[in-house]
Formats: sequence, structure tokens, C-alpha cells
Amino acid sequence: MEWETVIGLEIHAQLATNTKIFSGASTAFGAEANTQACAVDLALPGTLPVFNESALRMAVMFGTAIDAEIGKVSVFDRKNYFYPDLPKGYQTSQLFYPIVGEGHIDIELEDGSTKRVGVTRAHLEEDAGKSLHEEFASQTGIDLNRAGTPLLEIVSEPDMRSAEEAVAYVKKIHALVTNLGICDGNMAEGSFRCDCNVSVRYKGEELGNRTETKNINSFRFIEKAIKGEVERQIDILEDGGRITQETRLYDADKDETRSMRSKEEANDYRYFPCPDLLPIVIDDEYIDAIRKALPELPDVRRTRFVDTYQLSAYDAGVLSAYKPLSDFFETVATISTDAKLSVNWVMGELSKHLNQHDTDIKNSPVSAQQLGGLLQRIKDNTISGNIAKKVFEAMWNEGGSADEIIEAKGLKQVTDTGAIEKIVDEVIANNQKQVDQYTAAEPDKRGKMIGFFMGQVMKASGGKANPGQVQGMMKQKLDALC
Amino acid sequence: MALNRTDVEKIAHLARLQIDENDVPEYATNLSNILDLISQMQSIDTSDVEPLAHPLDAVQRLRADSITEENQREHLQTVAPSVESGLFLVPKVIE
Repeated sequence: MEWETVIGLEIHAQLATNTKIFSGASTAFGAEANTQACAVDLALPGTLPVFNESALRMAVMFGTAIDAEIGKVSVFDRKNYFYPDLPKGYQTSQLFYPIVGEGHIDIELEDGSTKRVGVTRAHLEEDAGKSLHEEFASQTGIDLNRAGTPLLEIVSEPDMRSAEEAVAYVKKIHALVTNLGICDGNMAEGSFRCDCNVSVRYKGEELGNRTETKNINSFRFIEKAIKGEVERQIDILEDGGRITQETRLYDADKDETRSMRSKEEANDYRYFPCPDLLPIVIDDEYIDAIRKALPELPDVRRTRFVDTYQLSAYDAGVLSAYKPLSDFFETVATISTDAKLSVNWVMGELSKHLNQHDTDIKNSPVSAQQLGGLLQRIKDNTISGNIAKKVFEAMWNEGGSADEIIEAKGLKQVTDTGAIEKIVDEVIANNQKQVDQYTAAEPDKRGKMIGFFMGQVMKASGGKANPGQVQGMMKQKLDALC
Repeated sequence: MALNRTDVEKIAHLARLQIDENDVPEYATNLSNILDLISQMQSIDTSDVEPLAHPLDAVQRLRADSITEENQREHLQTVAPSVESGLFLVPKVIE
């Protein structure tokens, strides 16, 4: 019998609003503790929530982008539980009438095929505050800045069958919400979080008991956490045990999940419609206007990149997934007028530097204009590709345009025939032994031997001699000696 | 539907209510009566009735997404029993 993994995901995307879902306090990240927690967020007596129109619009944007049914009447419910970072004693959420109903997302699998993953629903709710357990000996510190930040909880069907499929789905949702501009997608800051529901079963049999793993804050950890959890469950089942339905925490340091609380105990939320908020009613006109104003979606852009720039499916997939990266690439390609060269540099040298410095493309020290200008100089033979890497390095560290750096550092490629000839002659004169070997060799072996002389010339010119010219001239001169 | 002592104690715990043990039988009776009334209502055929989310015949008004609340931390924390470095302090909670 073969084991089959069944995965469903809940994604919490913080909506990129200016203010909280029910109050006019700022949602900016990183402020001093409790300076963005107003009377409503603190649940002081006598306060009432008023719903944020941007949160509604962003949720509907997401719904229309995944072809979902939009709830024309949606209702907020209270999910009751006690925790100090939830001052009201309940989370305002949507259970019975969510804003976004059934939709779907298509993911691309490694073998190139496409799989459709169902989205059960997406609903609006408020985030809780933060509890700080470490700082104080016998007390917990509470920061309520995050309390009331709007979240869109996106719930998938249990349609995924491997960790790789789950990651492809999460990346797809991530690309979608960041492209729509409704979430900044910053996983490290918690703006985009993922809970994984995982179970295993013998293929074709009924669903097994599942566990929910929380606290996963990177794509890589999602994959590792799921794989570890699947292994753990199969081990237990093969030893004749049974899986407890529970919530588990992923510990990235140890790369393992551990039990947090059993679900049976925690599940009694006693939901009921929130009497403080009236039903939200929207009409077709509102929904259609949002649908029409949707920006270009990643899937559409990917196809366009392949068609317009002849990119490979892989390159197009990576570049189209993240809007700032897409925009950067397109600007570079426009300036350099060479899409192939642009994709090589954006995916190569630039991405390498961004990764090394753990920097987002939005904060890249080298702008698209600067990189485009650099590629122009490769195109018109002012510099070689190797020299361009030096210019790029200088650009990254010290700034400046390609022309300024080439000028200041004297990196302009030498194309002057006289100057190249002088170096070629010197190299021939100074390497009599290699010249003898060359002239003595069979003609079909000489092609390889010319590399040595090329290297000497490039070294003598500081890498600036035009390689094509050097090669031609060197061959001509050496062959004349034979 | 009759609630027993365990049900009452569980409900009290979920609501974080401290109750006197001697009052439990009375609570059980009263809560059971409420549930009986609800099950009586459940028997009504409501298949033609639209679900009602709110007794008021009105819809939610929306707020513009602009910041209206300034930092009032010092003022708001004057009612807090314990505060340090801008944080509210509560008894240690460990998950």
C-alpha cells in the first residue's frame, strides 16, 4: 500500500491598509509599543467598531482575481476566546457569511503540468496583539499595535498532495496578493503567514486525522515542516499508533514540529454574529468596477513575458511572480533593448548581490536605470561582459552611472587596432617557447593553443582589449609564422 | 435538553466566570430551560425565511482608510494596573 499526503492551507495575509480594520489607528510596522493602539483597539468600554472601506475593497479584489463568488451580504461574527493580546475577549471574524466564497488557483508543477487548487473561502478578520514572554521574569508584556490589523484568511481545499505542491500554491497566492498590492508579503515581519493542515492515508482510503502546524514564516520552512510532519505521522501509523488531532508549532532551529495544544480542547469558540457591526452589503456595480480595475495578474504577465521577450518558462515564472522584480526587469529590457541580456543580468549578477546582502529588489542600490545603462555599454562594445561585472560591483558599492564609472576607472574597451597590435606583438615576442609549440603543432590542434596567447593579451591590457579583435589578430599573426 | 454539572462548569470556565458550587444546580436548570425554549423554536419551519444577521434593518457604513487616531499611549495606560517600557504587563502566560 502506498501512503498519500493530504494538505490544506490557511494563509493569513495582512491587508496593506493605512489603518486598522475597525479603527483609525495606523498599521505601520515597527512603531514603539502601544503607540498605535487606540481606545477601540484596546476594547475600552463605550467604543464601537467602524469598518474600513479599503479592507473591503482589497478582499473583493482578491475574490475577483481568483474567480470566486463574492458575498454580496457578508457578516462579521465573534470568535470567543481569552488571551491577553486579544483585549475584547473575542476576535471579530467571518464564519457564516464570508466576503469571498469558492474560487480557485492554478499552480504549475515541476513536470510542467498545471493543477487546479480549490480555495474554499476567504474572510476578513482582525489580527491580535503581540505577547512578549521573554523580557519579564514573572509577567508577560503586551503590545497591541498589531491588534485590529486587517487580515484576509484564505482557506484552501485539501487538494495538495505533496510539500512541493503546497509551496507552489503558497508562492502563487503570495505573488497574487503582492501584485494586487493588497499585502506587502513580508513573511519575516508576519504580514503573510501560513498554517498547514497535514494528514496521511493509504491511497484511495478515507482522510486520516490531521494536524495543524502554525508559525511557519518562509517558503523553505513550509516545505521542511510538511515533510517532517508527514514522516512523523507515517512513523506513528506504521508502528500501529494513531494521530492526535492537534495544533503543532514549527521550530525552525530544530527543524521539527512539536505539540502546542490539542484541538478538541481549544475548539470551543462559540461563534455568533457580532451585534456591533451591521451586515456589509455590496452590489454588482461595486464588484464589476473592482474587477475592471484589477492590475495585470502574474499568470497573464508570465505569458506576456514568454511571448514578448522570448523568456524561458522558468525565467518568466520567477520574474512575473513579484511585481517590483517584473517592473525592474521591464525597465532594464527597455533601456538596454536586449531582453536576453537583461534577464541574464537581473537573474544573475543582480539577484546574486541581492541574496548575498539579503536585500529586496525594492531597496536595490543599483536601479533599473543604472543597470539598463550598463547593459547599453556592453551592447555597443564599450566594455566586455567581464569588465561590466567590475562596473556593476562599483555601482553597487559606490553608486554612479555606468558611463561615469567606466570613465573614472578607465575601463573603456580598447578597440584601437594599433594599440591591440602592439600588445599582440609583445606577447608573441615574450613567449618564444609557446610560439614554437604552436608552429610545430598539427593545424587542427592550434585552435586550442591560441587560448594561452589570448589570456596573455587580456592580462596585459587589464581585460580591456576587445576579445574578438584580439583573437582574430593573434591567429593571423601566429599562422603567418607557421 | 438537560445540562449537567460538568456542562455548567465548562461554560463557566470558557467565559472565565467564577461560580459558587452551590449555585450550579440552579444554573443548570435555568440554562436547560433556555435550551428547551430554543429547541421549541427550532421546530418552526423557517425554510421560507431569510436569515437575519442583525435586528436593525440597516447596512454597515464604511470608514475612509485614513489615520484619525494619534498616539495617546500615556493617557490610555493610566488605567492599566501595570506598565513597563510601553508594554501592558499581565500575569505570565505560557502556551
